[in-house]
Amino acid sequence: MSGEPLLKSAADGERLQFKAAGSWTAKHAGAIERLIDEAVRQKPAARRVEIDLAGIEHLDTYGAWLVERLMRAWNGDGREAKLVGVAENYRVLIEEAHSVNRAAPKTGHGPSRVVVVLNNIGASLADFSQSLIALVQMLGEVTAALLRVFAHPRSFRFTSMVHQIDRVGWRAVPIVLLITFLIGAIIAQQGIFHFRKFGADIFVVDMVGILVLRELGVLLVCIMVAGRSGSAYTAELGSMKMREEIDALRTMGFDPIDVLILPRIVAIVIAVPILTFLGSMAALYGGGLVCWLYGGINPEVFLSRLRESITLDHFEVGLIKAPFMALIIGVVACVEGLEVKGSAESLGLHTTASVVKAIFMVIVLDGVFAMFFATIEK
Amino acid sequence: MAEAQKEVVIRVSDLVVGFGKINVLDHVALDVYRGEILGFVGASGSGKSVLMRTVIGLLPKREGRIEVFGVDLGNVNEKERQAVERRWGVLFQHGALFSSLTALQNVQFPMREYLDLSDRMLQEVALAKLEMVGLTADVRGKFPSELSGGMTKRVALARALALDPEIVFLDEPTSGLDPISAGEFDHLIRTLQRTLGLTVFMVTHDLDSLHDVCDRIAVLADGKIIASGPMATMLASEHPWLKAYFRGERAARRRA
Ligand SMILES: Nc1ncnc2c1ncn2[C@@H]1O[C@H](COP(=O)(O)OP(=O)(O)OP(=O)(O)O)[C@@H](O)[C@H]1O
Ligand SMILES: [Mg+2]
Repeated sequence: MSGEPLLKSAADGERLQFKAAGSWTAKHAGAIERLIDEAVRQKPAARRVEIDLAGIEHLDTYGAWLVERLMRAWNGDGREAKLVGVAENYRVLIEEAHSVNRAAPKTGHGPSRVVVVLNNIGASLADFSQSLIALVQMLGEVTAALLRVFAHPRSFRFTSMVHQIDRVGWRAVPIVLLITFLIGAIIAQQGIFHFRKFGADIFVVDMVGILVLRELGVLLVCIMVAGRSGSAYTAELGSMKMREEIDALRTMGFDPIDVLILPRIVAIVIAVPILTFLGSMAALYGGGLVCWLYGGINPEVFLSRLRESITLDHFEVGLIKAPFMALIIGVVACVEGLEVKGSAESLGLHTTASVVKAIFMVIVLDGVFAMFFATIEK
Repeated sequence: MAEAQKEVVIRVSDLVVGFGKINVLDHVALDVYRGEILGFVGASGSGKSVLMRTVIGLLPKREGRIEVFGVDLGNVNEKERQAVERRWGVLFQHGALFSSLTALQNVQFPMREYLDLSDRMLQEVALAKLEMVGLTADVRGKFPSELSGGMTKRVALARALALDPEIVFLDEPTSGLDPISAGEFDHLIRTLQRTLGLTVFMVTHDLDSLHDVCDRIAVLADGKIIASGPMATMLASEHPWLKAYFRGERAARRRA
């Protein structure tokens, strides 16, 4: 088994003889290949070549292919290579190797680098516009499905929606509370630390109140929901797509939009405002606690100051944004899920894309809302 | 060849495998000899895949002993185990191709890991393997999701054969293929077995495969091997299940 592979050549005028010996197997393929390359490189112009395989102890497909490669180096242009001493048990294998890889390999270089770069830019632009179209299309389909539900309320998958609310809403409560609480506390601490230099400690309450209610509460919650539930939506729908479950639904006469997507989107649109409310409260609580323990602003002062500085408007501005952002997260996640192609890699790519796109669009939407509210002076 | 002279490559003795309270395999004993094609049959759900998966180490056993090439697999370190694993190839019931690699890359995957090959050699040998399992060169760049069922099976076989194994385990290689492709696949297994001197362990429900390519058949029922031997033995048996299986209506129609 361990016989090192050998290849000896002996030239004799017109005749060139190779003697192969040892084990020509996968394990030694690298070494044999070097021997052969060497032999082919100093290719003498012999007219008749003989390859003697009598010394070979073990041969597998790798060895057989290398023998064949050695032969092909001499075959053609009037010359000829011949095999001798082929052991009976290896004959079929050698013949098999002789018949494969006959198709001419594809030649011609790939496109030049500039073309590749231009091509990539074009492709990603096309991709971008396509995904925008897909988004709008999904929005339309979901709206249509919603209208259908208003017409026939009984067709709505209520159980499924409740299950989704449990997953994206109820189960997200602890982590949302924890993170918003911590962020509220951190903002308050930073505010006190810096405002104190101007003797303006008390304005920290204004800052925390307005920031949390208008922006931070809803943004934090949306980012968490996109990472937590948006990715789950994409992964679920994607793997259902991969295993043809969605096609199966279609063939049974169900519309995947009705069965899978509408309940998910309705659930997220209901859950996010609730989470936003809870998150904002937790952040205010965290802020208040730090103001009291670190800033020496006691709770009564904090509350009365909060009452003066914020109005119901601030609270509404934050909460109005929540369902729209939720809708974006849900729609992006579902679109990406349905885009998944057959491979596991594609599933990963679309799950990542779902989270990244959702967060990006949430922030863009937040900007649009900021302009809108500034214009109507709220 | 007398039984005594044949070299045993897989020896399963007293094997017990179960899930929860149920023992799917109950003291199973089975020998597989070098160079034979063993057909493994049994009712759906009788534990054929479980036996195969236990032998290749994907499921834990409760009792018993599994020897492959004379190595007791219950009692080896990681390195010895890997050395044995390199010498077998597995074709899973559903292909189990890596979905993010092309057909060619799937075949190259084990080669890249285990062998020291130049890129040219990697390309050429992998193409040769695809050709040997009867695929044309244009499938090389296709991803598993773009392959038909028969092509998937063939690519999976090429991958199972990538390292020139001594044993191949095939789990229902011809299920889901049309009769012509199934016939070709049987023929292919026969040819490859001759060319490469393979030992083939084949789970199958395909009576034609059993007739045409299997040297020996082992039957699993009620968690035990109830019979093993060549087709003639199976046909002669009076065991009710064997009678129903090999001489039932479908079998009769086949011979008609
Ligand atoms: N991971 C598992 N957990 C629990 N039970 C299992 C598991 N895998 C298999 N089983 C059970 O073991 C039994 C045997 O299954 P197995 O897949 O081996 O059947 P099979 O003989 O290959 O059938 P088929 O011909 O349909 O492929 C079945 O009852 C199955 O439910
Ligand atoms: Mg099975």
